[in-house]
Amino acid sequence: MSLALSSMSHPGPRKDVATAARLGASRKRTDRIIRTLCLAATIIGLVLLASILITLFYRGFEAMSLRVFTHVTAAPGSEGGLLNAIVGSLIQSLIGTAIGTPIGMLVGTYLAEYAKDSWLGNAVRFVSDILLSAPSILIGLFVYQILVLPFGGFSGWAGIAALAIIVIPIVVRTTEDMLQLIPNTLREAVVGLGAPKWKMIVLICWRAAIAGIITGILLAVARVAGETAPLLFTSLGNNAWSTDLSKPMSSLPVTIYAFAGSPFEDWIALAWAGALLITLGVLSLNILARTLLRSRI
Amino acid sequence: MSLSTETQNQGAATTSFGGMQARSEAALNTARVAISNLDFFYGDNRALKEIKLDLPDRQVTGMIGPSGCGKSTLLRVLNRMYSLYPGQRATGEVMMDGENIIADSTDINSLRAKVGMVFQKPTPFPMTIYENIAFGIRLHEKLSKSEMGERIEWALTRAAIWNEVKDRLDRSALGLSGGQQQRLCIARTIAVRPEVILFDEPTSALDPISTLKIEELIDELKRDFTIAIVTHNMQQAARCADQVAFFYLGELIEVAPAAQLFTAPKHPKTQEYITGRFG
Amino acid sequence: MASVSATPPRAASRRGSSLGDKVFALVCQAAGIFVLILLGALIIELLIAGLPAFRAFGLAFVTSTDWDPVKELFGAGVSIYGTIVTAILAIILAVPLAFGVAFFLTELAPPWMRRPVGTAVELLAAVPSIIYGMWGFFVIAPAFAQHVQPFIIDTFGELPLIGFLFQGPPFGTGLFTAAFILAIMVLPFIAATMRDVFEQVPPVYKESAYGLGATNWEVMKGVVIPYTRISVVGGIMLGLGRALGETMAVTFVIGNANRISTSLFGPGNTIASLVALEFGESEIGSLKLASLLALGFILFVLSFVVLATSRYLLRSRLKV
Repeated sequence: MSLALSSMSHPGPRKDVATAARLGASRKRTDRIIRTLCLAATIIGLVLLASILITLFYRGFEAMSLRVFTHVTAAPGSEGGLLNAIVGSLIQSLIGTAIGTPIGMLVGTYLAEYAKDSWLGNAVRFVSDILLSAPSILIGLFVYQILVLPFGGFSGWAGIAALAIIVIPIVVRTTEDMLQLIPNTLREAVVGLGAPKWKMIVLICWRAAIAGIITGILLAVARVAGETAPLLFTSLGNNAWSTDLSKPMSSLPVTIYAFAGSPFEDWIALAWAGALLITLGVLSLNILARTLLRSRI
Repeated sequence: MSLSTETQNQGAATTSFGGMQARSEAALNTARVAISNLDFFYGDNRALKEIKLDLPDRQVTGMIGPSGCGKSTLLRVLNRMYSLYPGQRATGEVMMDGENIIADSTDINSLRAKVGMVFQKPTPFPMTIYENIAFGIRLHEKLSKSEMGERIEWALTRAAIWNEVKDRLDRSALGLSGGQQQRLCIARTIAVRPEVILFDEPTSALDPISTLKIEELIDELKRDFTIAIVTHNMQQAARCADQVAFFYLGELIEVAPAAQLFTAPKHPKTQEYITGRFG
Repeated sequence: MASVSATPPRAASRRGSSLGDKVFALVCQAAGIFVLILLGALIIELLIAGLPAFRAFGLAFVTSTDWDPVKELFGAGVSIYGTIVTAILAIILAVPLAFGVAFFLTELAPPWMRRPVGTAVELLAAVPSIIYGMWGFFVIAPAFAQHVQPFIIDTFGELPLIGFLFQGPPFGTGLFTAAFILAIMVLPFIAATMRDVFEQVPPVYKESAYGLGATNWEVMKGVVIPYTRISVVGGIMLGLGRALGETMAVTFVIGNANRISTSLFGPGNTIASLVALEFGESEIGSLKLASLLALGFILFVLSFVVLATSRYLLRSRLKV
């Protein structure tokens, strides 16, 4: 196609066809090698995920039985289950999320609607992002210092507090992101009717962002349900049935940690069953959250 | 350009020039909103300079001018929309009902109940058609269920969309067509029963048929409402407006009854703009 | 046009809505300040609680390799070494993989494949840390001990200069296994960031390079990477920050020994794994507990620096 053009204009430097062909072949080879490596990297990633899931299903199903859901944890060899751990995890994750979510939504709202570029807003945004990726074990240590030591011991409440602190920055992030997606024209339309700003936010902006915010909350539940480190020094774990939040409380991840590291076959089997439960729960929450977000936006 | 007076009816004259139809009233009504000495700043940037303009009661004021001339900015002063954004401020006087509405003491929310706004793009809220209209009403009034129903029907009828939506008030407003959405937004605005309605290029996102409907609607609405409309479309200004204001670089160059401004502009800049030499 | 009666009488305008506005704004701001206080309190609490250890051992606490509860001698040297070595090794393993995944997902994969594969890789990030620990301990460590490590030791152990890194018995657990698990855990974070920034390169830039006859790789190397390199480094730092503080997975597979071994296959510990293991066995008010909290403070400072850097580098991500 360039032939016609080049014959019309005065001749430029002639292309060395042989060199170009040789170079082209080597360039294509490099490209092909790198593309193959990238495909390989992706396959490795998928194989790793598959390996984790297959291991979990294989060993988890082997150990799964009704007993897991009907009996509390018990001494090795005495037919225990995970009932107290499952219930403890549900209680702590749900209450922790319930406490962290409103705080996180208010902070996210503050960042998106009130403090876009103020120094205080920037500081809050920075700190929230740091909290989002900060080692969760440190949050456990912190709650140990402020709730466990002064108030006389490990408790479900301390575990809930640690999980709530983890929930906050997750909800902050999604709330702010989702509110920023709302066009200003919508905001103007609301206040143009004479609505005060807080009604604009609560009745319209939150409503318009609801799918995203719910996604954030689901992801937060999924994240805290699998957290172990922050619970080690807060709710500690409890081998008996207990729903008393002022006492130490069992949780699936901490129980898995204790059982998997033990030398007892039946405890290790229970740990696999618990691991399967928690992974299925966490992954389905994640997939649910993604589907929800996609179908609504 | 040749001028000729074609028709006379009820004291209003329609003149045509260069394919445009312009209406001129014998006289403009008394001012509903009186703007004087108005300056507006985006940060340090002065976007409006010493504007003096009256919006005559129950008539349509068209605002024209090239992009960035300040006409939309002026509209956003009239309902204090600029107060949403830090760094934007206005000085001067915008008198309405004996009150300077740009003073800090003005209650912005009740001002916006009196001065409604319709935007460039339709902005239906993510809720049902019924709830869209009820939303604004509930902000300012407590109505019984039947009163609310009547008011919603009234607003939708005035916005000429009642017949199209009366059977699906409980469906999402997002399912309406663009033109319907815009009329819904007009209904939402008038449901609050404002006195002034601001239109910010209300048809620029619509097809010609929908545009025509909105223009007819504006003509009908001025029986009860004082209207200001910003438009890029000079034919539209000529068709809808009783008085037209031409803005350039933040200044109000000329304001006159529509027929006069389009047929015998006094200022050379206006002349250049309406004959399409720039803009 | 339907003819309707004129406007109903106007309702008296009501004031007082500005009070609601002030209250709501204050509540939101208070929540924001609460988050600031939270992080501030976290730093101060850890520092104060760790103070006895800093007082007892001085700055030498950071470098000392002691950890002797009987003689009450504690130091952070070994665990800081383990933390940094495993995290950096994890990044070295994860970055090429993450780049491959991101390149594949943005430029190479057919469109129908991008979403499911991308989601699958992101799900790796959702798997709880404790699961990685179990999987590492029961699946990866035995496989390493039997197959991977003997092979590497035989192949590289005799090399001059770097051979020492690969010597010693193949336990299966140790620094290298911990780094391997960490690499898988941070892979999705780095890959997701890279994919996002790659996607933000304006198509016209890529098109102009393709228009010159460039191959996929040449466009990536010549256009995409130069445009995004700062954000790419930011994404890597984010992964590093995550790797530094990871606890449960590492605790399972690192071998938990308080010594610095020159071989990457030797056992060790990290700050997080040491705290997780030893905290339960420490008495309230003991120097050991204070030392563990002091370790927590050091870990916080390390991750804070890395995460703050990452955030600084990624700040322009949305403005490319």
